[in-house]
Amino acid sequence: MSKVLEFEKPIIELEKKIAELRKFSEENDVDLSHEIYILVRKAKQMKKQIYDNPSPWNRVNIARFQSRPTTLDYIDLFIEDFIELHGDRYFGDDSAIVGGIGRFEGSAVTIIGHQKGNCTKENLSRNFGMPNPEGYRKALRLMKQAEKFNRPIITFIDTPGAYPGIEAEERGQGEAIALNLMEMSRLKTPIISIVIGEGGSGGALALGVGDKVAMLENSVYSVISPEGLASILWKDASQAEKGANVMKLTAQDLLSMEVIDDIITEPRGGAHKDVDHTADNIRKYISESLPSLMKTNIDELLFKRYEKFRNIGVWQ
Amino acid sequence: MLKNFFSRKKKYATVTFEEDKKIQSPLEINNIKQSTNTSHDKIKDSRINSRKRIEDLVDKDTFIEYDMELKSSNPLDFPEYNLKIEKAEKDSDENEGVITGEGKIDGEKVILCVMNPSFMMGSMGSVVGEKITRAIEKALEKRLALIIFCASGGARMQEGILSLMQMAKTSAALGRLADAGILYISVLTDPTTGGVTASFAMLGDIIIAEPGALIGFAGPRVIEQTIRRKLPEGFQRAEMLLEKGFIDKIVKTEDMKRVLSQVLKLHSLGGDIDE
Repeated sequence: MSKVLEFEKPIIELEKKIAELRKFSEENDVDLSHEIYILVRKAKQMKKQIYDNPSPWNRVNIARFQSRPTTLDYIDLFIEDFIELHGDRYFGDDSAIVGGIGRFEGSAVTIIGHQKGNCTKENLSRNFGMPNPEGYRKALRLMKQAEKFNRPIITFIDTPGAYPGIEAEERGQGEAIALNLMEMSRLKTPIISIVIGEGGSGGALALGVGDKVAMLENSVYSVISPEGLASILWKDASQAEKGANVMKLTAQDLLSMEVIDDIITEPRGGAHKDVDHTADNIRKYISESLPSLMKTNIDELLFKRYEKFRNIGVWQ
Repeated sequence: MLKNFFSRKKKYATVTFEEDKKIQSPLEINNIKQSTNTSHDKIKDSRINSRKRIEDLVDKDTFIEYDMELKSSNPLDFPEYNLKIEKAEKDSDENEGVITGEGKIDGEKVILCVMNPSFMMGSMGSVVGEKITRAIEKALEKRLALIIFCASGGARMQEGILSLMQMAKTSAALGRLADAGILYISVLTDPTTGGVTASFAMLGDIIIAEPGALIGFAGPRVIEQTIRRKLPEGFQRAEMLLEKGFIDKIVKTEDMKRVLSQVLKLHSLGGDIDE
């Protein structure tokens, strides 16, 4: 599996060239230090340009990258005694959403998240992280269970969107999402929602009505995919990059619009460059946010959660 | 989800709906009667104007409109959004995609929201979300039943994430209404799709749909492109949703007032009889 994103390729090429020059210089005892110095400086500049402030489209690509860590990767890294729980009790078990119980820093929590695959084969079995209604109903079942046993809920958001299929519609995709939105807004237990990759529309929001909503630095969250937007506006899905640039979908955009509360930093180049480090940043965020939520009186918590979403919107 | 709405014409050319015309005839007849204004928008012509709907439904001179002055701004600085709003205002003679207010239906006082598909496909941006949320909160405050006539292509993409969040906002408000034990009737008209379906449209205590209305989360074209085959006949129509158990009843436009009145009266039964 490739660990290189398209926009990184010029840097990789340049670094390869530098290595070749070094090798040539050593083997043939030729002084190329000046040439190498120039190239190294150029590489440094390029890295700064590409990594320090990625364009919205590059962030879309980082967010969607197949090597990007997923819900289960993070669960593995900081949830102890995790037990995955399956099924919605009505129809089936949707592998595009995983959920279960475990310990976070010693305390019992419920964790639910969209699950993409780390390879094509797994992606096929996970439906690329696009849930069917039973996925949302499983999530709701586990959230209600968490409420019953006074466990806080952590949700990880990472989906291109709810699956647009015949059976999904017949089984009530819209109803399943709608119910999650309503129920999450009044669930009597703290909820922390973190966008870890792609936050694709209603299918993402259905796990996102939290007391705290955060995004990983290179994740995106939007009402429609850049491709979808481009194909509607310009009748051309290949103009997705242009779409990404106008739709304000980065973590930085959402923070400035006060739609999210916090941004969790990633290693330079994206979460996949150092999964342990990213996981640790997420762990720290939860560790810092959870105690005060747990201490908050439940009526106050629900009031604040309501107000948080109630106040979103801009008009004349 | 807006996507599909825009391409409806095209879609019907690929998916044959023999029943389509027949099913929709009540809507059309109703509309021809009132469509004296010449519109460039064909979609507008085939659907019931929201003012006309209120006029047909609400007892004479009882409707008081809320929040008429709320107008969209362009929070994302989205290209050409201002122009689109201007055009929508001109074409629809309305400020936004939903009319909200209170009035009486057969003497029963209700809070009423009627979405307007002729205003940017009835798409939900900040203003639509806010007006509906305020109406829900009004129902809560006044302890009145709430009726929402849905008609929408989904969330309004020009307001990006702010539009998406209106789904959470309206649904949260409905959660409070449900906690207070107040009746909410959702009426799904053609078309109800995307973010509206995945929020308040599907949260009614009682969900009514008009015959033949297109109701779904993903639009037909997106589904066809995803699964790479034609959709079955009648897919995502009110009749299919009834069969699959997602709506309570299909009611023709001309019977709507009678049925709504019946439901409203059943919910205030105790009080009325005691008096």
